[in-house]
Amino acid sequence: MNRFDWLSEYLARLEDEHVVVPSGNTQSLAPAHLLIIDPEDWAKVAVVAKQMGLRWAAIWGDEQDHDIVLTVVLVYQGDYIALRTAMTGDHPVIASHTPVYAAADRMERHLADMLGVQFDGHPDPRRWTRHRAWEADEYPLRAHFPAAGQGNGLTPADSDYPFPPIQGSGVYEIPVGPVHAGIIEPGHFRFQAAGEPILRLEERLGYVHKGIEKRAIGRDAEGLARLAARISGDSTVAHSWAACQALERACHVKIPAKASLIRGLLCERERVANHLGDIGAICNDVGFAFAQMQCQALREQWLRHSLTLTGHRLMMDVVLPGGVRVDIDQAGRELLRAEHVWLREQIGPLFDILNDHPSLEDRLLSSGYLSPASAAELGVSGYVGKASGQAVDLRKDSPYAPYSRLSFSVALSEAGDVAARMAIRQQEIYSSLELMNEMLDILENTAESEPTQVKLAPILGAEGLGLIDGWRGEIISHVRLDDKGRIAHFFARDPSWFSWPALERIVLGNIVPDFPVCNKSVNASYSGQDL
Amino acid sequence: MLRILKRIYHSGLLTENEPDYLQDPEVQALGSELKTVVDAHFNGSLAIRAVDAGSCNACELEIHAINGPHYDIERFGVHFVASPRHADVLLVTGPVSRHMETAVRRTWRAMAAPRFVIACGDCACNGGEFGSSYASCGAVENVIPVDLQIAGCPPSPVQLMRGILALMQKAKKI
Ligand code: SF4
Repeated sequence: MNRFDWLSEYLARLEDEHVVVPSGNTQSLAPAHLLIIDPEDWAKVAVVAKQMGLRWAAIWGDEQDHDIVLTVVLVYQGDYIALRTAMTGDHPVIASHTPVYAAADRMERHLADMLGVQFDGHPDPRRWTRHRAWEADEYPLRAHFPAAGQGNGLTPADSDYPFPPIQGSGVYEIPVGPVHAGIIEPGHFRFQAAGEPILRLEERLGYVHKGIEKRAIGRDAEGLARLAARISGDSTVAHSWAACQALERACHVKIPAKASLIRGLLCERERVANHLGDIGAICNDVGFAFAQMQCQALREQWLRHSLTLTGHRLMMDVVLPGGVRVDIDQAGRELLRAEHVWLREQIGPLFDILNDHPSLEDRLLSSGYLSPASAAELGVSGYVGKASGQAVDLRKDSPYAPYSRLSFSVALSEAGDVAARMAIRQQEIYSSLELMNEMLDILENTAESEPTQVKLAPILGAEGLGLIDGWRGEIISHVRLDDKGRIAHFFARDPSWFSWPALERIVLGNIVPDFPVCNKSVNASYSGQDL
Repeated sequence: MLRILKRIYHSGLLTENEPDYLQDPEVQALGSELKTVVDAHFNGSLAIRAVDAGSCNACELEIHAINGPHYDIERFGVHFVASPRHADVLLVTGPVSRHMETAVRRTWRAMAAPRFVIACGDCACNGGEFGSSYASCGAVENVIPVDLQIAGCPPSPVQLMRGILALMQKAKKI
């Protein structure tokens, strides 16, 4: 089947519902197709999309000349479409997609808080990103809202958030956070339990909201890359890549093949480093410290090689607009090849132990189950999705350079439990090692003189879409430039937007003491979703 | 079980007794005094409570690393605790987001005196890439008093250890 073959059917079905798509184009958000939708048809386009099995992937909005412009991204078989609508007026109201797509829930609430869009028919009208740093009738993403804020003194705790109460004999609540016991990010979890099993978990995030979308406005390309590198520190390569890809597409710049190969190498290194850390941490959360120490030791060696190669242990600020800051020369390639052999030798026997250890099996198998149906409904990608039957992998489905030239298989399981999420990570480490070796082979035949970066000349008013498969899954970034070539709008959709709601389902029926291991197996980013 | 023991045996002791940074005469001096200072002024153990006040999480990754086998900061008597009530030092990362402002103050107030605050990373030192805004208070010192700053984005494990050693020296004089 060719790309976008299904789109004509989607449009035909819309027509049956008396929805006309007045205009659209294939260029401005390439590789996505952009369709302009009348605000009245906003609910219908989602209903028809759902019937056809499209995945709901993102919504963002911004203010353009007093209009509020909303864009929703939907995906089918790796093809992306962007639906866009514009509304006038100070109090924009539009139909919510949440009754059709559960995945839309929190992102719509985020937009309601940030931009003042009222989503009609949204089942949960409570605030999401807003705590008490700004008032209910102020919207930080509106043009007249000052980035510096309104000078509203000390910010009180968000103590009156309306958690739904629970009643019954022997039923109790455990509030946890925002400050957690470990060395992790802040957020609030409200457990409702009877005895040991969890009846309900509600997450309350937004504690690390630091105004990334607003801070992006007015920056130049380099400034945006620096900010994107800090959306979620463990995904610094993936997020910088997504932002730079969006910028490069907006500016119609094709980066050198060498630069994309190096980006690919760094992104796979990031995947391996994080998976190693997570595998150790999952085992540690069920009291198997041996694995934690082993994995941490491997991760440390890996980070030291990243330091040698890129000058930064986590490879921050290495992906730049137009390319990359570092070249990987003959010596670097040899170092990498040797390192790949070394890691393979190390993880083989280690993973054998982890996969054949009764006390680990006892704790990880069948714990924290996410059904394939739930995963599909919530639009989860990455290892959480792959462990529950969702074969979403942009490197394969919507390949970009360098992956378009490479072959690999996507790890997949239907088991949906903590053990499956660990197994997917193990398999992904192996496939990353293979991918990196393939990339090194191609790099070997690339001229040493080929540049690693080209200049970016901003195209005024242009926009671009970044679509990158980070270690957590699909990242979608959107950039629009203003009439001076500076950033007018930036939104980065981390995969965590969907894995957080998945965690609420994963823990159901599990005992409270197993929450840490369930949580670790998902390892969603707080910073990446709070923005 | 035998496989585990074999693996542990072959991994050997990874903790670096003579890492490069101990070649640095300044840190070498600090290093040799560290245990003495911890013993004399913190009764043999320095307890740290880490709080993420709005970081991007990369600072946390490196704090994890100093607890790992290569650095193993616990051998100097320094360990991380779950409650601010048990802590001598508050290690704060990130710019303080406005949504964390009250939580950070309360955590600091929950600590018993003498208490010390380390601002960890560029964000905590000066607001970093996020600065001060409607959503961020910027540097930690805008919210609670800071005794020591550790620069870096994120500070490497070595920089973190240096920073903690430097704080001990400072605390000794008090
Ligand atoms: S200092 Fe750097 S690594 Fe640390 S929280 Fe800030 S941006 Fe992240």
